[in-house]
Amino acid sequence: MLDYLVSLLTYAALYGIMALALNLVWGMGGMINLGLVGFYAIGAYVSALATIKLGVPIALGAGAALVLSAALGSVVALATVRLRSDYLAIVTLGFAEVVRIVASNEIWLTNGTDGISNIPGPLRGAVTPETFNLIYLTLMVAVVAAAIFLLQRLARAPFGRALRAIRDDDQVAAVAGKPVLAFKAQVFAVSAGILGLAGSLYAHYSSYVAPDSFQPLLTIYIVLALVAGGRGNNYGAILGAVLVVAFTESTRFLAEVVPGLQAVQVAALRQLVVSVGLLLILRYRPGGILPERILPVAIPARRSE
Amino acid sequence: MQEIAQLLINGVVSGTILAVPAIGFTAIYAVLRFPNFAVASHATVGAFAGYVANASLGLPAPAAVLAGFAVAGVVGVASDQLALRPLRPSGALTSAIASVALMIALENVLRFAFGNDLRGFDLPILRDWRFAGLRVGPQQLENLAMAVAAMTALFLFLAFTRTGKAMRAVADNPALADIKGIDPERMARLASFIGMGLAGVGGVLLGLDTSIDPLTGFRAILAIFAAAVVGGLGSIPGAVVGALTVGIAEELSLLAFQPAYRTAVGFLAILIVLMIRPRGLLGERAY
Repeated sequence: MLDYLVSLLTYAALYGIMALALNLVWGMGGMINLGLVGFYAIGAYVSALATIKLGVPIALGAGAALVLSAALGSVVALATVRLRSDYLAIVTLGFAEVVRIVASNEIWLTNGTDGISNIPGPLRGAVTPETFNLIYLTLMVAVVAAAIFLLQRLARAPFGRALRAIRDDDQVAAVAGKPVLAFKAQVFAVSAGILGLAGSLYAHYSSYVAPDSFQPLLTIYIVLALVAGGRGNNYGAILGAVLVVAFTESTRFLAEVVPGLQAVQVAALRQLVVSVGLLLILRYRPGGILPERILPVAIPARRSE
Repeated sequence: MQEIAQLLINGVVSGTILAVPAIGFTAIYAVLRFPNFAVASHATVGAFAGYVANASLGLPAPAAVLAGFAVAGVVGVASDQLALRPLRPSGALTSAIASVALMIALENVLRFAFGNDLRGFDLPILRDWRFAGLRVGPQQLENLAMAVAAMTALFLFLAFTRTGKAMRAVADNPALADIKGIDPERMARLASFIGMGLAGVGGVLLGLDTSIDPLTGFRAILAIFAAAVVGGLGSIPGAVVGALTVGIAEELSLLAFQPAYRTAVGFLAILIVLMIRPRGLLGERAY
């Protein structure tokens, strides 16, 4: 039971990191990335391959995942940064699909749909599985805390202010002399890097990656987490991630509530519940549970006429 | 040389079939101004409706196509009214994200009802026609004819009926159309019905060629986007040109790459077009 809870919290932290990355690019930067899972997959594969095929330490693998995802993110960003958001949605969604196709077909590198197994984890094998899970959860919490700390700094720094200005009206920001395109490209790349790191953390935790782990449904989970928690709010992103994990896990018990269903029907019902959940939240609670707080600015009192 | 000619023939056939859902996607974009990712699942809805009409009720292929159109169209209007219309004031991006959720929801409704198994249509097995060393399947030609018929019907509707002209007016200039007394909500419903109906036709045509499962439409999504973006989002003639381009490019890619990378061709086409000519071949500006 404790082990189950630990694994849930680990996944909540993992989703939380991804939601933070989405909050950076979408919540603060105003650019949608529906290909989250593509960068996440890149990070997972880079880290897995680096530690298995090149034998580098796990930390170095994670670093490589972060850097390479960020580099790829900046390529995608440079190609798409001028586009309107609806085009960006199409391109990023397509990007994630292409990543999955490549991962399924470059068998010499990724082992195809069979996936890569036996990815090392820190101290895995040296300690009992329960201790390993606890250690990993601690690591995840530390990463989440560090990410929140840095992202909160970023949000309050001039960079964050300029970013929100661009999100709200990029023409005004450009007139104010902000290099809009450079800002957008940078923030997209940083966000992609964080997603790559999350992928690496996933690979070393689960010890197994395969193209099937990187379905578009995962992107929906993360979008749901951020929208539910509060777009634009880093703490909201984490809260949302915890709620999404709790929600998807509770739907696991649907099978007991509704008897006589086949396994595929239960799986379908769970995905249905999650996607309908996102639709409902977008409709009834678009600001999320913890809406973005913008520090009040002294507005000159309106003259009475 | 012969191989290239064969690939070109296949490309024209698959491109023409692809044009149908691509028109659906682009027509919805033209009127409602957001990319509706749910075209993918509506194509699948159409495919299953056609499958039920054909395999369970024993109707011939053209009737299956009509069933696909009607069911996907009705589901399109209903799901749009229920799930997406309330979000329109929140902007195009919110609608687009919601449409991804809608896509997954519909896909899972189908999965719940039909399971994940592959299902084939109940069609007579016919020998391919051969001439000058090239092969064409009769079913391929029938699909081609049905795709052309669907597009012709749409062009006639848009060019000659009052409602069709009204729809084009809304796509062209919503404010002006509103002043003229055209009800934008009615046009939105009509665009959803026609657009998703065409997606459904596309799903049936894809299914007639191969087999169907709950992911049938999703597998085609990159090609559909690519066709619409290459032609220019919101332009119906553009979608046809784009679909033929993507269809032929996908087939020609077989000369150099494994078949699995066919899908990636669409993505590549999107990137190239957006970098060189973001408005697409016949479309409006992308930024």
